[in-house]
Amino acid sequence: MADSDLRGEAYEAEHVHAVYEQIASHFSSTRYKPWPIVSQFLTTLPPGSIGLDIGCGNGKYLPLNPSIYILASDRSTNLAKIASSHQPQSAIVADSLALPHPLKTFDFAISIAVVHHLSTVSRRREAVAAILGVLRKGGRALIYVWALEQKGSRRGWEEGGEQDVMVPWVVKGPKQVKPRKRKAKTETDEAVSMPVEGGGDRTFQRYYHLYRKGELEEDVVVAGGAVVESGYEKDNWWAIATPRWET
Amino acid sequence: MKLLTLNFLTCARKACKATNAAFPLHPKDAELEIVEVELSPLFVRNILPRVEWEALRTLCQDLGLPQLPATAPEPGELFTPNPSDGVEGEGIEEVGEEGEPTQTLKDLHHVLLETTIREGKLVCGSCGHEYAVKEGIANFLLPSHLV
Ligand SMILES: [Zn+2]
Repeated sequence: MADSDLRGEAYEAEHVHAVYEQIASHFSSTRYKPWPIVSQFLTTLPPGSIGLDIGCGNGKYLPLNPSIYILASDRSTNLAKIASSHQPQSAIVADSLALPHPLKTFDFAISIAVVHHLSTVSRRREAVAAILGVLRKGGRALIYVWALEQKGSRRGWEEGGEQDVMVPWVVKGPKQVKPRKRKAKTETDEAVSMPVEGGGDRTFQRYYHLYRKGELEEDVVVAGGAVVESGYEKDNWWAIATPRWET
Repeated sequence: MKLLTLNFLTCARKACKATNAAFPLHPKDAELEIVEVELSPLFVRNILPRVEWEALRTLCQDLGLPQLPATAPEPGELFTPNPSDGVEGEGIEEVGEEGEPTQTLKDLHHVLLETTIREGKLVCGSCGHEYAVKEGIANFLLPSHLV
């Protein structure tokens, strides 16, 4: 896994996109609680602001502020369909590296738990550049990625560890009686129980790049942005970025 | 997809994105559907200045919808004056401040938010690529040779 040259678009198609397409409805049913930083970012925007939710998943952030307009996109058709139910917002299917939006237009953008699914550093920076590219001068993007430093979580990741990992998603089969917490499993357990059938459960592996401290800010700067504010929130790094160019 | 959405979309191809010809995308074989959306007069008022009116006009024309006026309605055309204004105007709660939404505002709401493309294609005026709309969801994923 150390060689990032082996990764890229085709790799993500198999280890990210195909997985989300299959787990869409189950994933969606577990994703309802918005992160506080994201809520705060969206609810403090002035009424009439227009922006994008890039990699919107099931659209859980779309209902937070009905006085702004959000055009959401996801690579998964199944997830975009679920997201499209939130009026007055919209949802489309698009790739974060080929966004179908006019440049230098939007007041804001959010990219929550998306950039960490890109499997090379150049693709991650390209994604950040694409987000900055659609913002008008002074526009702001909130980017949120999984942290390597998660000592408090049961996943056991911490500083100095492997940053490119596969993370299991277990869809409980109907036979399962005793509910077990998905997060309790370690990666090695998963590698063993990987065979798709097992008490009716199905396990899907998703690729993640875990960000170390300061890495997100580096990516923002290399991508042509300036960091307005950044921080750590419950196993994630986040940054509010603005384009550096003059228009 | 609602027509408002199309005001913020262009071709996904890098070479097209910066060109004027790619915006707005042109509907083809479009099957329209009216989806009822709760009227939020303030949302319509606030979003209107951000709408590229000419693009919306072109779109309505492409779809064979009633022609829109040459220029966007002025803010004053969106609400009927509140009769209580000026008479003990102070301290009135914000709700009544705007007055009643006019037919113009309601028509805008209908065009921007309730008129949707259910099936069809969106064509780039620059490269000719066609993006499919199925069950109201437009798909902008590009085949790898076009990225
Ligand atoms: Zn094009």
